[in-house]
Amino acid sequence: MSDFEPKILGFLCNWCSYAGADLAGVSRYQYPPNIRIVRVMCSTRVSPHIILEVFKAGADGVMVGGCHIGDCHYITGNYYTERRVKLTKELLALAGIEPDRLRLEWVSASEGEKFANVVADFVKQIKEIGPSPIKNNQEMMTRLSAAIQAAKIFRVKLVSGKELKLTTEGNVYGEKIDQERMDAILKSVAQAEFKRSLILELTKQKALSVKELADAIGETPDTILDHIVVLRSKNLIALSGIEGSSPKYKAILVGGV
Amino acid sequence: MNEEPVRIGVFICHCGTNIGGFVDVPAVVEYAKTLPGVVFATNNLYTCAEDGLASIRDAIKEHRLNRVVVASCTPRTHAPLFQGVCEEAGLNKYLFTFVNLREHCSWVHMKEKEKATQKAKDLVRAGVARVRLLQPQEEARIDVEPKALVIGGGISGMVAALSIAQQGFPVYLVEKESEFGGFVRNLNNLYLGGKDAMETIKPLIDKVMANANIIKCLNSRLVSVEGFIGNYNIVIDANGKEIKDKVGVIVVATGAIEYIPEGLYGYDLYENVVTLTEFEILCKKKALPKINSIAFIQCVGSRGQDKSYCSRICCNVAIKNALNVVENYQDMLGLGTGEIVEKVPVEMKAPEEILERRRRRRGRRERGEEEEEAPSPTTGKIEVTIFNRDIMAYGVEHELNYNRSREKHVRYVRYTPENRPKVYKEGDKLVIDYWHDTLKMQRKMTVDMIVLSTPLVNNPDAKELSKMLKVPLGQDGFFLEAHVKLRPVDFATDGIFVCGTAKGPADITECVFQAQAAASRATIPLARGFVQTEALTARVNPTLCTGCGTCIEVCPYKAIQKNKDGVAEVIVAACKGCGCCGATCPEGAIDLSHYTDMQLIAEAKAALQEVIE
Repeated sequence: MSDFEPKILGFLCNWCSYAGADLAGVSRYQYPPNIRIVRVMCSTRVSPHIILEVFKAGADGVMVGGCHIGDCHYITGNYYTERRVKLTKELLALAGIEPDRLRLEWVSASEGEKFANVVADFVKQIKEIGPSPIKNNQEMMTRLSAAIQAAKIFRVKLVSGKELKLTTEGNVYGEKIDQERMDAILKSVAQAEFKRSLILELTKQKALSVKELADAIGETPDTILDHIVVLRSKNLIALSGIEGSSPKYKAILVGGV
Repeated sequence: MNEEPVRIGVFICHCGTNIGGFVDVPAVVEYAKTLPGVVFATNNLYTCAEDGLASIRDAIKEHRLNRVVVASCTPRTHAPLFQGVCEEAGLNKYLFTFVNLREHCSWVHMKEKEKATQKAKDLVRAGVARVRLLQPQEEARIDVEPKALVIGGGISGMVAALSIAQQGFPVYLVEKESEFGGFVRNLNNLYLGGKDAMETIKPLIDKVMANANIIKCLNSRLVSVEGFIGNYNIVIDANGKEIKDKVGVIVVATGAIEYIPEGLYGYDLYENVVTLTEFEILCKKKALPKINSIAFIQCVGSRGQDKSYCSRICCNVAIKNALNVVENYQDMLGLGTGEIVEKVPVEMKAPEEILERRRRRRGRRERGEEEEEAPSPTTGKIEVTIFNRDIMAYGVEHELNYNRSREKHVRYVRYTPENRPKVYKEGDKLVIDYWHDTLKMQRKMTVDMIVLSTPLVNNPDAKELSKMLKVPLGQDGFFLEAHVKLRPVDFATDGIFVCGTAKGPADITECVFQAQAAASRATIPLARGFVQTEALTARVNPTLCTGCGTCIEVCPYKAIQKNKDGVAEVIVAACKGCGCCGATCPEGAIDLSHYTDMQLIAEAKAALQEVIE
């Protein structure tokens, strides 16, 4: 594995991390040439599905860089970044990709040396983890596609978007939810939506029975059936026929996908 | 929409040898020519030089380019220059993309030309992928209400208000106390030998009171602010009366207060241990106790003890007060009646090497190689000692004061954060127990009074104000400017400015500089009468929006509201384009112009692999 050169993508915010990377250059701090940087105005811009798309395009690692907490150019952007990255790691894990391949770093405009060190360290870390498991692996690819779909689902985004407010300010009645409970809620929502997205991904190509889906996903048939009931109520999946005594389901493709 | 086929021009800069020396630029140019949509690619020795800029202009015309990529240094410094050139050549400046080959490639991979060249190709490919998807953007124009609001009636607030008023614009000057002057009202004098501080600033207050353009609100508070640059709807509680009006710009000059050193150096245990400002108040009221000796302790609660920063002004203020004590207040301090200060004879306790040094010096003096021995401390005068970590008497005036204080035998004793002096009481005397770093020994000093130089900390009201105005506070609790070097009095939010000690410790001269700077920045939109808005704003797709309101909750600028159809609507003038709402929107109904999901994904994918969709 010694000749493995990881491909790493960095989303850096214009005001701190990107400027920190500039300073690393101005100060001539050398770091490994594995990272490609994409500039965004604020790290909060980087939606989970964008990060997952980058993994799907073959990235071995993704780094998101923002301003230190409290220093965000847009006041509160990075608080949301923190939560989005947490959700993305959750989805990565569900897809079977090591969550450590995604790294969140706060680098200020004055921390050129830190930026160089962080990149060097991240490259080293990714070299240890090895190449992305999705390469030439259709099953992983399907799981990742399901994670991307899950990241766009209303329920997941809503819970993630409200997390900061619910845990710090509380709801309209002023009731705060403690972080542990919020994490558990987000986790269960992400899990459920990931499984449903995976069912849809798997049944896109051919109709599958509950038993087949349960085997492919590694879930009990009754949980799969629960998900199918929900998906049917949303008109996302339909019964396509019965083989022997097992009903088979197929995703309804909208817009001729 | 721009439907004509994409024609991209790529300009790759050698930047002298800065890029050219570490990246094979001609190879990158040849590679760029193979990328889809690229009709022209060239290299320049310096793209930012006039001939480089001319080559962009000419190529846009000659090759009918409708997209431009410049691969050179950082967009943070040079994007406006190249965008300007695009505009000159008739191309919308948003059809331009910057690729950073210098800071992010050649300068950081100086020893691996091959890999750096490969990376440069990847970056150019990503830039080309991005530029293909860009759309022209328009900047909207909004009117500005030609009025200003200045919050805080201290020196900074008064100067800012006066400067804006003198340029002909009405200004609300809101002060929560019953008179103007702010922190200065506590001070004894502003400089050595000067008269009372309030008398010194009286001409300024008079000018403010006499200016008809300044609407003076004493005993007043800002109740609420809503809106955006040019159109802030404000509500002021002016001494019980409610004022509602619209202003175009806001200047924050809420000042600072002194840090209270609770639990430090016996501040809450002993009398005669006071802060620097309390000492000034005592001097001002001519109410100093009878003392023979006084010690100042610097950096109390600052520079890592509690607050991390250096408060900058306390060295100078302590020196000023030390000199004041020595020169002006001898009579009122009951000299001659107090007890004699204990003196520790240095000769008996000093380590051998110091004694040796002293002997050698004495020898040189006796041989006439060195000037007269420095005069010995005059007895009968007040003993002043300043315990410090280092004295920062910057600038001419303060350095002269420092020299003068040494001539007057103010003692400077250095301490380190590891060995802070300890204060306790022995009998009825205050004792400072300290480590003498030069003599390398623990010593004691009996003093009658101790003055603790504590840092300025932000006004407690700042937190509320920061929420109301949606402007940030930094890690140390002071207001945070848009850019520490280049935009020191602007907030990142357009139309709001900051000056004086609200953004960090500063002396009066600096506050006046800042206030005048803030006023001149604030009058730019007032004088122009309109502002151009940010083109990078969130865009709502109303057919997808379900009106859940999550975007409204997460927007740091209150730039989204629900319209009459119950659908989210972006207030373009207030939106700063951070994209938080877009990443949050559960329906995927919001995208950020110029940084759309599609553009970001395309750029990122192209940076990783040779696929252009």
